[in-house]
Amino acid sequence: MNTAVKTAASDDRPNAPRRAVYLDYQATTPMDPRVLEAMMPYFTEKFGNPHSRNHEYGWEAEEGVEKARQQIADLICGDEREIVFTSGATESNNLAIGGVARFYKDQRDHIVTLVTEHKCVLDTCRHLEQEGFKVTYLPVLQNGLVDLAALEAAITERTVIVSIMAANNEIGVIQPLAEIGALCRKKGAFFHTDCAQAFGKIPLDVEAMKIDLMSISGHKIYGPKGIGALFVRRRPRVRLQAMIHGGGQERGMRSGTLPTPLCVGLGKAAELAKNEMAAEAVRMKALRDRFLATINAKLPEVFLNGDLENRLPSNLNLSFAYVEGEGLMMGIKDLSVSSGSACTSASLEPSYVLRALGVEEELAHTSLRIGFGRFTTEAEVDYAAERIIQAVSKLRAMSPLWEMAQDGIDIKSIQWAAH
Amino acid sequence: MAYSEKLIDHFENPRNVGAFDKGDDSVGTGLVGAPACGDVMKLQIKVGPDGIIEDAKFKTFGCGSAIASSSLVTEWVKGKTVEEAATIKNTDIAKHLALPPVKIHCSVLAEDAIKAAIEDYRKKHA
Repeated sequence: MNTAVKTAASDDRPNAPRRAVYLDYQATTPMDPRVLEAMMPYFTEKFGNPHSRNHEYGWEAEEGVEKARQQIADLICGDEREIVFTSGATESNNLAIGGVARFYKDQRDHIVTLVTEHKCVLDTCRHLEQEGFKVTYLPVLQNGLVDLAALEAAITERTVIVSIMAANNEIGVIQPLAEIGALCRKKGAFFHTDCAQAFGKIPLDVEAMKIDLMSISGHKIYGPKGIGALFVRRRPRVRLQAMIHGGGQERGMRSGTLPTPLCVGLGKAAELAKNEMAAEAVRMKALRDRFLATINAKLPEVFLNGDLENRLPSNLNLSFAYVEGEGLMMGIKDLSVSSGSACTSASLEPSYVLRALGVEEELAHTSLRIGFGRFTTEAEVDYAAERIIQAVSKLRAMSPLWEMAQDGIDIKSIQWAAH
Repeated sequence: MAYSEKLIDHFENPRNVGAFDKGDDSVGTGLVGAPACGDVMKLQIKVGPDGIIEDAKFKTFGCGSAIASSSLVTEWVKGKTVEEAATIKNTDIAKHLALPPVKIHCSVLAEDAIKAAIEDYRKKHA
C-alpha cells in the first residue's frame, strides 16, 4: 500500500491509521478552514439573535448575516434581498416548487421537471400530484441533457414552474440553463433550478440565465452542513407560500431565528468560491483528465456515463463492465467513492439517473461516482487510479461475465433467471 | 455497513477461483443469477469415480457478500458426496458469514449454484 499519499484528513502522528482517500466531493465536502475561522466568533462573543433590533448583540449578528447574504448574491449576480436562508438545498427545493405551485394554484396547476432530478425535487412533485397538480417528468437524452424541443412542447399556459437542475449529482452533467430560462420566460412559467452541485463550481448568472428561483447548499462548497439558501427573484416578482410559519423572518418566506454562524459560513464559502472558482475548475479538469487517461490506458471496457463536455470538471461516473459496483467498492476500501449499484442503495434498485440515460441495468450495477475537490492532490488521484485498476483487474479475473465476454459469448443471448 | 471478518477474508482472499472444462464428464457446472440483478455465480464441481467431490471452482459477478458466499461453498462441498453437498442450506452460509439481512439473497444464490452444479453433473450421468 502506498503510504506516501496524504489526504486532507491525514494524520502525521507515527502509526496513525491512514484514512481513506476521499473522492466523494459530490456527497459532501470538508469545511474550508477559512470558513471555520469566519464562523467562530459567531458561536461565542457575537452570539446575538440577528433579529434583535434594539441592542448591539443583535446588530453585530445581523451584520454578519447580511454580509453573508451579499456574498451569496454576488456569486450569482443577484441582489441580497433575493436571498432566503434555509436549512439546505432539500428545503430550498421543497419551498421553491411547493411554495410557488401552491401560491399560484388558482391560475396554473402544471409543473415540468426531469426524470434525473434529485429525489427531493421528484418527491416534492409526487406530493403535489396528490394535491391535484399535474406534473410532466421529461426524459433526458442519452448524454443526460434535456431535450429543449421536448421541453418547449411540454410547457403550456397551465405551467406554473419548470424545475431543472443545473448540474446532476450523480453524473455531473450541466443543463443549458440560459436556453431553459429563455424558454420559460417566453412561455410565462417560472424557472427554478437546483444548484446544489453547481453553485460555486460553475459561473451562474440569474439575469443572463433568466432564473427565477435557485436552490443553494452550503456543505457542497466547503461550507457548513445544515444551511442553504433559496434565491427568489424580485423583478418580476416571484411569490410563494411559506412552509414554515412563525415570526415572519426572511420576509415571511421562512420563519425561524437564523443560525448566524452557519449563514456566515455559507457566505464565506461563497466568497472563496467566487475568488477561486476559475483556477479551481482548471485544476479539477486537469486531475479528472489525468485520472481518466490512466484508467483508459490500463482498463478496457470502461464507459463514461453522461456527457463529458457539459459536465462539472470535478465529476466522473464510470461503468467498469463485468465488475459489480459494491464488490468493487469493497475492493478499494481505502478510497471513499460512491456507486450506482443496487447493492449500495436501500431500494436494491440500480441508479434511476443512469437508467434514465438508457444505461442498461447490468452496466448500471458496475458504476462508480468519483468526485474530486479542493483538497484532492495529484498523488491521491494517481493512487486512486492505480488502486481501481488493480481491483477491477482482480475482480474481472473472477467474474463469470468477463470470462464469457473473453470467450466471445454474448451475455444477452443467455436465458438468465431473474431473481 | 460492517461486515464480519470471515466475510472480508473470503472476499479479499477468495478460495478456488477458476474454471474447469465444462465438457469434462466429471464436471458439473451451475450458472445462476442474472447480470441485470447485479449478481451471477458460476460454480463447478469435479466429482471422482467414488461420487465424492474432489475439487470445486467458482467465478462470481456481484457484491462482496456474493463473492464470499460462493468462495465459502467451494470449500464446503469439497470432500462431500454429491448427496451431502445437496443438503447445504443458505441459512448455514448466511450464519457462517454473518450476512446482514439485505444480503441473505447472496446465500440463497450460493445454495442455488450448488444445486444447479449437481443437477448438471447428474444429467451427464443419467
